[in-house]
Amino acid sequence: MPRRDDIQSILIIGSGPIVIGQACEFDYSGTQACRVLRDEGYRIILANSNPATIMTDPEFADATYIEPLEVDVLTAIIERERPDAILPTLGGQTALNLAIELVESGVLEEYDVEMIGASGEAIATAEDRDLFRQAMEQIGLKCARSGIAHTMDEAMTVVEEIGLPVIIRPAYILGGKGTAFAHSVEEFESVAALGLKASPISEILIEQSIKGWKEYELEVMRDHADNCVVICSIENVDPMGVHTGDSITVAPAQTLSDVEYQEMRNAAFACIRRVGVETGGSNVQFAVHPETGEQIVIEMNPRVSRSSALASKATGFPIAKIAARLAVGYRLDEITNDITEKTPASFEPTIDYVVTKIPRWAFEKLPGASGVLGPQMQSVGEAMSIGRTFPESLQKGIRSLEQGRSGLNADPGESQYLKQDEAELLSAIAVPTAERLFQIGELMRRGISIDQIYIACAIDSWFLDQMLLIVEERLHLEQSDLSSLTKMEWRRAKQLGFSDAQLAYLLKAQEVDVRSERLAKGVRTTFKTVDTCAAEFDAITPYHYSTYEDEDEIRQGTRPRMMILGSGPNRIGQGIEFDYCCVHASFALEEAGYETIMLNCNPETVSTDYDTSDRLYFEPLTLEDVLNVIDAENPVGVIVSLGGQTPLKLASELPTELVCGTSPDSIDLAEDRERWNSLCAQLEIPQPPGGTAVTFEEASQICKRVGFPVLVRPSYVLGGRAMTIVYDLQELEEAMKELAEFGGLGREGGLSADRPVLVDRFLEDAIEVDVDSIRDHTGDFVLGGILEHVEEAGVHSGDSACAIPPPNLSPETQEVIIEYTQRLAERLEVVGLLNVQFAVKQGQVFVIEANPRASRTVPFIAKATGVQLAKVAARVMAGETLEELRGLGALPEPIREGHVAVKEAVLPFQRFPDVDTVLGPEMRSTGEVMGIDRTFGLAFAKSQIAAGEALPLSGTIFFSLADRDKDQGLEAARGFVELGFTLAATSGTAEFLDSNGVHVETVVAKLSEEGREISAGVDAVELIGAGQVRLVVNTPRGRGPRSDGYRIRFASTAHKVPCLTTVAAARAAAVGLREWMSNPLTVRSLQEFLTHEVPTK
Amino acid sequence: MTQIREGALALADGTSFEGELIGAEVDVTSGEVVFNTVLSGYQEVITDPSYAGQIINFTYPHIGNYGVTGADDEAKRPFCRGVVVRELSRRRSNWRSEGDLDTYLRSEGIPGISGVDTRRLTRHVRENGAMPAAFGSASLEQLTKAASMEPGTTGVDLVSAVTTSKAYKVDGGDFRVVAYDLGIKKSIVEQLSEIATVFVVPAHTTSDEVLALEPHGVFLSNGPGDPMMAGQVVTALSALLGKVPVFGICLGHQILSLALGGKSYKMKFGHHGGNVPVRNLDNGRIEITSQNHNFAIESGSIPGVTETHVCLNDGALEGLRCNDIPAFSVQYHPEASPGPHDSRYLFQQFADLMTSFHGSPK
Repeated sequence: MPRRDDIQSILIIGSGPIVIGQACEFDYSGTQACRVLRDEGYRIILANSNPATIMTDPEFADATYIEPLEVDVLTAIIERERPDAILPTLGGQTALNLAIELVESGVLEEYDVEMIGASGEAIATAEDRDLFRQAMEQIGLKCARSGIAHTMDEAMTVVEEIGLPVIIRPAYILGGKGTAFAHSVEEFESVAALGLKASPISEILIEQSIKGWKEYELEVMRDHADNCVVICSIENVDPMGVHTGDSITVAPAQTLSDVEYQEMRNAAFACIRRVGVETGGSNVQFAVHPETGEQIVIEMNPRVSRSSALASKATGFPIAKIAARLAVGYRLDEITNDITEKTPASFEPTIDYVVTKIPRWAFEKLPGASGVLGPQMQSVGEAMSIGRTFPESLQKGIRSLEQGRSGLNADPGESQYLKQDEAELLSAIAVPTAERLFQIGELMRRGISIDQIYIACAIDSWFLDQMLLIVEERLHLEQSDLSSLTKMEWRRAKQLGFSDAQLAYLLKAQEVDVRSERLAKGVRTTFKTVDTCAAEFDAITPYHYSTYEDEDEIRQGTRPRMMILGSGPNRIGQGIEFDYCCVHASFALEEAGYETIMLNCNPETVSTDYDTSDRLYFEPLTLEDVLNVIDAENPVGVIVSLGGQTPLKLASELPTELVCGTSPDSIDLAEDRERWNSLCAQLEIPQPPGGTAVTFEEASQICKRVGFPVLVRPSYVLGGRAMTIVYDLQELEEAMKELAEFGGLGREGGLSADRPVLVDRFLEDAIEVDVDSIRDHTGDFVLGGILEHVEEAGVHSGDSACAIPPPNLSPETQEVIIEYTQRLAERLEVVGLLNVQFAVKQGQVFVIEANPRASRTVPFIAKATGVQLAKVAARVMAGETLEELRGLGALPEPIREGHVAVKEAVLPFQRFPDVDTVLGPEMRSTGEVMGIDRTFGLAFAKSQIAAGEALPLSGTIFFSLADRDKDQGLEAARGFVELGFTLAATSGTAEFLDSNGVHVETVVAKLSEEGREISAGVDAVELIGAGQVRLVVNTPRGRGPRSDGYRIRFASTAHKVPCLTTVAAARAAAVGLREWMSNPLTVRSLQEFLTHEVPTK
Repeated sequence: MTQIREGALALADGTSFEGELIGAEVDVTSGEVVFNTVLSGYQEVITDPSYAGQIINFTYPHIGNYGVTGADDEAKRPFCRGVVVRELSRRRSNWRSEGDLDTYLRSEGIPGISGVDTRRLTRHVRENGAMPAAFGSASLEQLTKAASMEPGTTGVDLVSAVTTSKAYKVDGGDFRVVAYDLGIKKSIVEQLSEIATVFVVPAHTTSDEVLALEPHGVFLSNGPGDPMMAGQVVTALSALLGKVPVFGICLGHQILSLALGGKSYKMKFGHHGGNVPVRNLDNGRIEITSQNHNFAIESGSIPGVTETHVCLNDGALEGLRCNDIPAFSVQYHPEASPGPHDSRYLFQQFADLMTSFHGSPK
């Protein structure tokens, strides 16, 4: 049966902001779904709160609602749009949960909306542990055995049924504390007793331990005619015990015989059929006992997932796109495989390469986090790599992470392991961490056997042996030198994935010489094709990866080619916003007549969809790999300024004539503090006084000159890595020491004259402003937007809420800002985007920094104003003028009136309960949401709801303010009281508020240094813990685990009470609540907002 | 580290590849090179007698990862002429494993070559068709010569090399089935024995000899090479058709088709893999099938049959059912091994056919 004609409109729910566990992959799947279903002629209504997504571009849906993903909001959308169907399986867990709520609240029934893709019952069966276990038992599949006990006797009975080893989890303990393994009866007795004691309700869950079992995933698709196929098998290198999102994973499965694989395939089909996912993609996870082969089902996701994005990129089979078409009635055999354009989608892809996915963590930004990997996902991004063999793929994957490592050791970064002895390393690898791979490599280098390593880490010995091949090769290469390597040796090393950087280290040579010597020996990169079929059929789609083989498959192009360098794995500070910009560049340059080439290594993204660009190279973003693609493709230009710092860092090393847009020299001019300072002086643009320093002495000299507080930060990093505000000399010394030795930075080479520290006077209580603009090569200039930050200067712009148009800047100040921006653009000879950050203090405008590149705010501005800045910038960089683009209709006048848009950051603190939630100059948010409405207050309130920090409508608000914040805080407190809230406060704050006529109902006791209350009465932590506080306003007096503030913030994170850590946010919240409480909820589509005024040009 | 044995592979058209020799040591081995796209199941592929006369090029680069085990042998020994891989695993890891692939190849006398750009070889075969090839330690010149002398598989009798020399019986279900061994895979015998006691007979067994066994059904197995060279079996079958239900797989399907008057042809590079989509025309369902054949039967060339299965990749005929006599066949491998189990229902279909012809057994 082809397309369903009984439905005309479909509501697609997106996944909201990027958070740990839910990233760009759902933009990728949602974008695919919107595209194909619109092509099928359906009216598409989209709801997603994340403005940085491609899917929320107005052209991808008929009605795009950038609104909070909450049931009442969705209900309002449904009421307004009356969709025939809702498709909840492409927006991650968020969409699935919302769909269930919509079913349970009766909304779907009331408005006669059919759920397609999965039924409520199927979702419930897959999501509910007990229902799932029962379902699996019915069809004869095994799950991990478990039982509940309340006494020791019960516990003994349960463990006898289950068998040792087991894992014991005390009930009702936050953060999984007290969870432990028991391998023997004695161990069990003691752990179970402790667990029963620890649990407030004296209950423990006893589960069969499958730690150390091999872990697999199958990506399965099913159509309504019950045709089932496996798209991809995935094997985890890290055995059970580490969340699959935190595991290194490999496709296809490597160590399963066909007998076992087919057993697993049959089980996966039985599972999807029993759960009842009628159409679409599902992911089924299995554990396999390494010595008995026993297979058990761990879980299944009745929707597309991160793994399905990976499987799609790994095989070339677009799961989300096909799932969307299956949901509207197509069968697999009615859909053509895009890659071959001949064969149908009803097949199982086969591949002739190895795909490795490696997670990327951000522990360096989250002091307090343990760094130990476990059942809860902690990584913020991932890189995928393709090689002909596992060693090649693994080494490419490691260098794709851009964490200063060039492969599996054999680089300067390995020095950190040399200090540890064998016993230390062996015990270290028993604990899964981000370092484990490298520790294993070091043990192998020292000759420790695979068997010993296996005993310690339980990573399958096949993978270990493949790693040993790399280490053996390294030992061989160390004995050689550059000139004596034969062609065969070069080829062997490259086939094992050694980067030129590693070879330079091993051969004690410069990377540039390694490259030229290698090329002189005739060892060149060859590019192969990802084609779903292992070359059985001709592939139409040019989706390539590099390797070292005989044959190269690149086809000649017909149009001039433009290459776009992507932004690599998601990390804090560099995420989906930059992928958005790269994707837009690709679309725009294709419109401009170029053949576009995308180079990126992030499997979650839209940019690495083979549909996005004319050619896709799944490659690490290192100089070597980029040069290889340039050599193969001969592009006329390379776009380096849209993918964040990753490509920008490469700009100066690429052939200058190829770098599009602003010259590498101008980029340097903006980054080099000395040059930048004299430029500002020349242009007579005020800036906070400051200087650059490599040592503490130099830094303290600067402080003497400019006075405290100062802002200290390294150059050439994005996301405010290691940035701090320093109030005295002692703090300065600590900051400088940290910068020199800090894990992340130290690993990347530490401080040097080339990479000094910037020390600037910090402007307290200033309003921070971000401006995005574009200049073309003729000097024509267009303003994208002026964004006013809600939090004051000092909070990283990426973590601060911001609004457009700016609510508190006078027209005169705005004029000054625009004029300064234009002056800078002119002087820097910017061609393309320019982002400038200003601080406005008492009406005076200071420039903080200028970045001649795409900023994180580009997509937000585009959604708020209707101007596709990234597209315009790409064409400007390729040589077109703004005037030409206006003529083509590609640059409409921005919509600046009629609505306010607020962007709010989404922070990962729920995952890291020990990390302080105070906002500061170091960026820690993983994603963003947008609230859009008629006024700032309403837009702000929506942004808070969308960020999962919904403001309360009644109850008690707890205040604890630093002295310097008290004046400003008074206004906020008064606002809340006027709205009917009651206040609680610490004694000092209470005294101040009371004396200024704002009544504080509850005065709480102070916490002592050691955490015991000095005075009698309930303290803040207890008050929050007792659920009596609905909102916390706590501005920091100091940071670190000992401060009162830290413990108050910790308590609010633990009890999920929204916590505002700046007085500015509190003020905005009071304003927002006032309007929110007096206005009914209204929703409007972006298309409506953006046609509010007819573009004049 | 063990001594590396350098070697080369040459195709009849002069194309050559460098590599490292593995498995049994030979100066030259030659055969028709075909590629197989399975991700797992290399041992089952290597021991499939249908590869007699052929060199198997595995498209998946890592081969040997989970070792070998006696349980996965599809025949007493491999009949292929050699294997080509990108990377032979040095270490195997799997609880089922009893040995490593390299040692297995050596002990079975099968030479191999590793380190080959197998994707290039696959693309070459895809573009130019399955072709004679040779590899070994001999000079490239000798190898190219050997490749050009290699007769390939058209017009060559390979069945007599792989068929059993003596008939044997495998106890099982209630029916009695005579299975022509034209290169039969062990897993087919296993699947048949679920429904019948199987009398496996050599390819030259006459129709009278078959009828003397009083079978409820006759099964025609898979096997290597050109169906036109199995004339003897075609003759025997012609005398059996209508008298007893018949089920054929792969070469067996081709032989049934020839006996009914169909035409065979050689495909460019055949179907060799575990992911081929086939539509069952009776119910519209898609089966992902395991396949291994270079010859096929022209769709529409066979009188008196209903075509029941078609390949969705290229429209090739994949199965048929006789309209007036109890016989059916499929071009692919419902027993899988390696490959998906989607089509195992066909063995039950054979049992049902025997039941409707004879009534329930016993």
